[in-house]
Amino acid sequence: MFEPKIVCFLCTWCTSAGADLAGTSRLQYRPNGVNIRFMCSSRVDPEHVLWAFHEGADGVLIGGCHPGDCHYQDGNYKTQARVSLLNRLLDDFGIDRTRLRLEWISAAEGTKFARVMNEFTEELRSLGPIELAAREMAK
Amino acid sequence: MKRIGVFVCHCGINIAETVDVKKVAEEVSKLDGVVFAQDYIYMCSDPGQALVREKIKQEKLDGVIIAACSPSLHESTFRAAAEEAGLNPWQCEIANIREQCSWVHDDRSRATSKAIRIVSTMVEKTRLNESLEPIPVEITKKALVIGGGIAGIQAALDIADAGYKVILVEKDSSIGGHMAQLSETFPTLDCSQCILTPKMVAAGKHRNIELMTYSEVEEVSGYVGNFNVRIRRKAPCVDWSICTGCGTCMDRCPAKVPSEFDRGLSTHGAIYIPFPQAVPNKPVIDRDSCIYFKTGKCRLCEKSCEIEAIRFDQEDEIIEEEVGAIITATGYETLPVLDLKEYGGGDVPDVIDGLAFERLLSASGPTSGEVRRPSDGKVPKEVVFVQCAGSRDPERYRPYCSKICCMYTTKHALLYKHRVHDGQPYIFYIDIRTGGKGYEEFYHNAEEDEGIVYLRGKVAKIFRDGEKTVVWGTDTLTGRNVEIEADLVVLATALVPRESTAELVKKLRIQTGPNGFLSEAHPKLRPVESINSGFFIAGVAQGPKDIPETVAQASGAACKVISLFARDHLEQDPAIAWVDEDLCGGCRICISVCPYDAREYDEEKGIATVNEALCEGCGSCVAACACGATQQRNLSDSQIKSMVTASLGGE
Repeated sequence: MFEPKIVCFLCTWCTSAGADLAGTSRLQYRPNGVNIRFMCSSRVDPEHVLWAFHEGADGVLIGGCHPGDCHYQDGNYKTQARVSLLNRLLDDFGIDRTRLRLEWISAAEGTKFARVMNEFTEELRSLGPIELAAREMAK
Repeated sequence: MKRIGVFVCHCGINIAETVDVKKVAEEVSKLDGVVFAQDYIYMCSDPGQALVREKIKQEKLDGVIIAACSPSLHESTFRAAAEEAGLNPWQCEIANIREQCSWVHDDRSRATSKAIRIVSTMVEKTRLNESLEPIPVEITKKALVIGGGIAGIQAALDIADAGYKVILVEKDSSIGGHMAQLSETFPTLDCSQCILTPKMVAAGKHRNIELMTYSEVEEVSGYVGNFNVRIRRKAPCVDWSICTGCGTCMDRCPAKVPSEFDRGLSTHGAIYIPFPQAVPNKPVIDRDSCIYFKTGKCRLCEKSCEIEAIRFDQEDEIIEEEVGAIITATGYETLPVLDLKEYGGGDVPDVIDGLAFERLLSASGPTSGEVRRPSDGKVPKEVVFVQCAGSRDPERYRPYCSKICCMYTTKHALLYKHRVHDGQPYIFYIDIRTGGKGYEEFYHNAEEDEGIVYLRGKVAKIFRDGEKTVVWGTDTLTGRNVEIEADLVVLATALVPRESTAELVKKLRIQTGPNGFLSEAHPKLRPVESINSGFFIAGVAQGPKDIPETVAQASGAACKVISLFARDHLEQDPAIAWVDEDLCGGCRICISVCPYDAREYDEEKGIATVNEALCEGCGSCVAACACGATQQRNLSDSQIKSMVTASLGGE
């Protein structure tokens, strides 16, 4: 079976803490993602996402705090704006925009983190690998 | 090239059972720059830390990665160990292979390959990490305690006794919280008022405590040691600075408002003091119920007040304060009886909750301590107590145990027997939980000597039949259905977080768990701290608990604040933004995205700069910078790119 590779950019306050809670709750989910922890999801530069696709990612997850809950006041709104722009770029490159997923996952939502990882893995499985040409464009 | 060492922890079997730790060490040792890699059973133990220190010196390591649990647990532990061995702490990184790997996957080979990728990712980060020095920051040695129940009072007193200033904010007009409503407390049957009110008075009089009742926290900004707080002092419509609390105004007020303090079992005027022992003992006008505010006529209170303290036109006041630490002790509510429809919530007048029964038992309550039911004031001869009303019921209400109900229900039944000697109390329970000093003995005494009938089972339905309140339940020990025609039913309703706490945590930016209670930094080892530094938690706001536990937690939180204030200065994480002056074009996008005004424009140089004292290190401006001139220390774009590549490597 095709096992997609996922890069997860998680903010430390909410989503990474949520992923930790999934761990302490011993929730089982697909091991397809590797988490990269930032202080805030607004540290994610669109370039990082494109780089991930270029380097072989089949999907990229950005996880931040729920609207209104950002530890840095409004970082997650900036992330959302950047993701909207990025979606249009992905269209141009021929990368399905559902391969980039933005999720608000709080420190209390271990179950949501596990669910998102499972769902996203399944979706990427049905999408299959990215065309090589598209990967090159992402550079 | 840097000489990097990797230490892979087994965490007993927590990691090693699912992840092949030896293989992880073996594979990462092949990475460029990794000169040493070893696994060990408990890396955080003394010998584990000694191993790290020894190898740093022996192998001349200038970067280490500890592959273990979440950095929220032991990052500081290992950074301190690295520093002891002479390594800059920012050259030590944690690869989280427990919470985010071994505990969430069961396929050993895939978990192992993921762990290798996680460690490789951190190797890439470490390769480019700079050695940093913490940024010293001043501490404002004044604490804010939010919530004036027993938790907040205890915490405020402890901090104040240590010689530091405290602001104690309470949303109601008096401190005291739920404990002030209780009659007697289990298992010693101490009168609650008698043990609480001296503490209330002490808090009210303490020279280091500034009491701000009838006040709410509006906004909190800043960081540990240096918070700015805006507090709204609601207008009581009474000038408290001259009011003597004589009570004449309250006697004259013609309005009738159900008393929240008495759980609706009595009324007070629109101008009122919630209970006689209130601190401060000053009245407020409830504008929604005041006849003058509703119709423009009345002002009887004003006419009755000889010292002219009534101020109908008084406005809310906003007070700004600087504090160094914040304790949240906002307590709880109980699940409204109205929500429990199958138990006659709202329809059957003689179905009340435990707090209402406390008021009936209380000597200062609406019936002066005589047990009389709400519908007709008769003394009930058969009383049914229902435990777990909304607790331990994940399908419909709350999944958790409210912890105190087993004990207070037994206390209720016992006190009822003491008041009504020929009365018969019944207790429906699921399990009797008596974990606490003297609790089991208290329960046994009640069960054996006091004639209380314990029925193991849930109540299915409660409804009214004439004067009677009929309870249908099952006794699971005999397997029989039980019908009791009761005179009064008392529900031990679930303890739930206050609705206002949900609003407050958004302002404080601290976390709550799945049930809405405040999250502690670690469930066992850091139970009085929030994960966000400078924030501490105490009392039922963190989870159901009894009074001794609440007081212990409050003193614990206070102690944490005191130890923070005992330091000369704090150290701020230096992993913040910086600018490559040669690259910066002066476009100022960074200035527009910074939430802290930490990005400034240098007119002379024509570039944007970073104010290190203000930068919180979110990295938002780094992502916004169009030309890569702004970078984050130890999380640069080039670091992130190589981390991404490493995270995708291998199988």
